[in-house]
Amino acid sequence: MKSVKILKKLAAIAAITSIAATMLIGCGGSSSSTSSSGGKDSASGDQLEMWTFIEMHKTFYEKMLEKWNQKNPDKKLNINFTVLPYDDMHNKLQSALLSGQGAPDACDIEVGKFPNFLKGDPQLETLDDVISPYKDKLVKSRIDLYSKDGHNYGLPTHVGACVSYYNTGLLEKAGIDYKSIVTWDDFKAAGAKYYAATGKNFGTADTSAQWQESLMLAEQKSDFTDANGKPQLNSPQMVKALTTLRDLQDAHAIATIPGGQPDQTDAEGAINNGDYAVAIMPLWYMSRFLQYMPDQSGKWAIAPAPVFEKGQPRSVGLGGTGTAVTKTAKNKENLKEFLAYAKLSDEGEQAIWEDLGFDPCNTDLWTKNDITHNPENKFVKYFKTNPFDTLNEIKNEIQLIKSNDAIPSINNVLNTVTLNSIFEDKKDIKQALDEAQQQVENELK
Amino acid sequence: MVKRFIYNKKAAPYVFILPFILVFLLFFISPMINTVIMSFEDVLPGSRKFVGFENYTKLLGDKVFLVALWNSFKYMIWTLILLIPIPMILACIIDSKLMVGKEFFKSALYLPALTSVAVAGIIFRFAFGEQATSLMNQVVALFGMDPFKWLKNGTTGFIVLLVLACWRWTGVNMLYFLSGLKNIPGELYESADIDGANTWQKFRYITIPQLKPTTIYVLTISIYAGLAMFIESYMVFNGNNSPNNIGLTIVGYLYRQGIEKNAMGYASAVGLVLFVIGMAINLVQLKLNGTFKKGD
Repeated sequence: MKSVKILKKLAAIAAITSIAATMLIGCGGSSSSTSSSGGKDSASGDQLEMWTFIEMHKTFYEKMLEKWNQKNPDKKLNINFTVLPYDDMHNKLQSALLSGQGAPDACDIEVGKFPNFLKGDPQLETLDDVISPYKDKLVKSRIDLYSKDGHNYGLPTHVGACVSYYNTGLLEKAGIDYKSIVTWDDFKAAGAKYYAATGKNFGTADTSAQWQESLMLAEQKSDFTDANGKPQLNSPQMVKALTTLRDLQDAHAIATIPGGQPDQTDAEGAINNGDYAVAIMPLWYMSRFLQYMPDQSGKWAIAPAPVFEKGQPRSVGLGGTGTAVTKTAKNKENLKEFLAYAKLSDEGEQAIWEDLGFDPCNTDLWTKNDITHNPENKFVKYFKTNPFDTLNEIKNEIQLIKSNDAIPSINNVLNTVTLNSIFEDKKDIKQALDEAQQQVENELK
Repeated sequence: MVKRFIYNKKAAPYVFILPFILVFLLFFISPMINTVIMSFEDVLPGSRKFVGFENYTKLLGDKVFLVALWNSFKYMIWTLILLIPIPMILACIIDSKLMVGKEFFKSALYLPALTSVAVAGIIFRFAFGEQATSLMNQVVALFGMDPFKWLKNGTTGFIVLLVLACWRWTGVNMLYFLSGLKNIPGELYESADIDGANTWQKFRYITIPQLKPTTIYVLTISIYAGLAMFIESYMVFNGNNSPNNIGLTIVGYLYRQGIEKNAMGYASAVGLVLFVIGMAINLVQLKLNGTFKKGD
């Protein structure tokens, strides 16, 4: 009898401890978060965390951090850089900022996603103070991309001027001179000739990115949104752009590409194979050539993009990354100063060109021949023409596509539905654009 | 005092299920209530605003949501059509005395369930690539067909998702049916043999009715799984934004609105609609199958 009683007691104790344990575990989690590992003789012991979605950016930041720590022994920083896939990183950052926990101290945010982070009360630090010393030298529109109510929340990386890339090796075989392509009509004729001669595709009809549509709108001095930020996807300019592109597709001057657009692994494979001879892409696409198509070195030339009529602006700044500091960041002041140094100072701007192959926002640098035409530079070596020759030629023609609340919805509708139905399913253009407009309007209600 | 409480026959059971109740309240009920509240709000970092039924009226006019709803529904129906009869028949075949290599087929069919969806999805994406060199395009080339753009066309894209679902879940459902078959008393078949019943009659009048509890269980979880499908589509289409939304499901749309577009309030409304639909279908189904009748 006694042993039964003891057993019962034991059971009761076990039950109580298990409940207590669950409760403790339930409450634990939050307290044990910040562990500061010292790092290499850092002045302030804080281990900072920064996220980016491009491997090359990480290498760039690491190099700039080393320089910063040498120059500023009193403001040394210890930053851990993490590369995450594009969608993952933005989604994680968004949840972290919404819940107020787990966000990194600094983060790269892609321009198409940036408006999402400016909604409501932005959970990002304003960067006005660290941008102001450099402001006069930079292309203003690139800073405005990452601003809200007059405050800057992101440091721009590049201009992203849209240009044409031509595979001269393939074009010469078909008897085509890329320099003679000035208008979209020339482009169409060249493409048709190329297709007839080789049976291969000339340019790309993009279904998952709107680089070409942006360019064509900019050429007509139009935009996806009107002056009040309202979407205008069925504007006459947009109809003209897509009608022209469909016409190019029907003439075999452009064709859809695996992956949906040139900046995709599948597409880079196809371009590397010689399946496509032209890409109309922003200047940062240069870096993809070096990284994913190294054996094509010496074949590609860069030239201004075609226009509808001579005299129209030939380029538009596309893509981009705004570097932001979160409100929960540690050691904010030094971190902000470092990021401004890395991205906006003369040294930083030079590294952005030399290491990343981007067109820096400080256009003074575009004319410094010793930097831009340095024969040792890997980008200068790879391309047949110097990118800055083209850039300086179109310098005053580079337009801007506005970034605002409507842009994430517009991007999503165009890149999942509209462009696919136009280029893959050959849907009526006006109808497809009307539907897109309706969908975006409903989402923004 | 403590002793009296613990030995109390009325209180003790509650103490024992307390850990579960706490976890359930904390991680299921409170998020659920929060979701209901959020579905009537405009949720942004640092500000929450009551907007009444605005999220729901927006949902009614949202064509993409209807696409997602239709995709999920279609997927659920097709998985029910494919993933109940086929595993049932396979289970009967494997259970049959004439079958050789039972263990081999059992494990071979179950194996896909152990692979991660992420890995399987990527492999399916490559196998169904649009280049002429992709695996499936080489297969159709053997029959003299031109390469397909598998993942850009609505019908073929949907077939890829169904193939993936069948590949993954046939083995699992088969195991449910196998265990159901083990519970059917052998005497039933013996007496049927004596009465001169043929194989089909035995299947129709003994196996199927006796498997009913298993079938209802598989049906119920398949309805939920079909309506809640997301990762498969996410992996196969390399993200949540498939061309023309052919792979967009309700959960995918919830993810797109809530996580990708920072519209948590709207996403909450999407989630609740999914919850209501799932519950409604299953309640009707369980009612029709007589699960709620006492003492079945």
